[in-house]
Amino acid sequence: MPDRFPPGTRVRTFLHDPPHHTRLPRYARGRSGVVVEPEGRAELADASARGSGDAPVEQVYAVRFAARDLWGEGDHHVVLDLWESCLEACEEEHEKGAADER
Amino acid sequence: MSGDHEDASISRRVRRLETLLEEKGVVTAGAVDEVLDAFLAGASPANGARVVARAWTDEAYRARLLTDGTAAVRELGFMDGSFQRLRVVANTDATHNVIVCTLCSCYPLGLLGPSPGWYKSEAYRSRVVREPRSVLAEFGLQLPTATDITVWDSSEETRYMVLPRRPDGTESLSEDELAALVTRNALIGTAAV
Repeated sequence: MPDRFPPGTRVRTFLHDPPHHTRLPRYARGRSGVVVEPEGRAELADASARGSGDAPVEQVYAVRFAARDLWGEGDHHVVLDLWESCLEACEEEHEKGAADER
Repeated sequence: MSGDHEDASISRRVRRLETLLEEKGVVTAGAVDEVLDAFLAGASPANGARVVARAWTDEAYRARLLTDGTAAVRELGFMDGSFQRLRVVANTDATHNVIVCTLCSCYPLGLLGPSPGWYKSEAYRSRVVREPRSVLAEFGLQLPTATDITVWDSSEETRYMVLPRRPDGTESLSEDELAALVTRNALIGTAAV
């Protein structure tokens, strides 16, 4: 099965604040970044941490965020490991932003 | 950086759990210590330093290390049987890398040894993703403003290790002599070599 998000894809993280364990840190919720690479498939920790015996297995991606998209300022980047279900592909208008950033 | 961390209460909880497991016959007395000792005996920043020295002296190895870190360190006998993946990130003239685990304390323990207290502190974990340039300056590492900083926040089974830049004037050094220059903090990215 091909990965849903090839390297270079502009993605956005989900914004909601789940009432349980999640590996999506608060600082990166609802933010857009660019996929660096797939890291391999792993059980979704948000489910397995709740004792679920049948946690879905998903691709995990390294996603690169510009500091100003996370904090509104800064010139560095942060790369975070994120499960596929944390991510959605961005609309076309964001593609231009991704290109500008590079 | 503050060296404060709350090891004491965690230690008490772990000791209590261990005692209960022994009382209930789940583990034999001392079994946990034996496993930990066996693991930690081989875990040291000297391992990461050896990997770096090899990458500095062997271009083909360097390329393999940056493409597939796990396989490349296994060539040198590290991370054998580990379920974790290693991603090595290389510093260059233009970019500097630093590692953190904002959610807990993920760390490439087999290659770097036990992590320092500050790595697990809330101050480091919360600040390095937000203002890495200031945090690195507090470690004594002043980077030019033109240097792009990438912070690698580990949250899954990938562990990150920094490949520092080889210092100038080290052309005549042997691989062992080069390895001796590489510090733990350089492998985390809070120091240069």
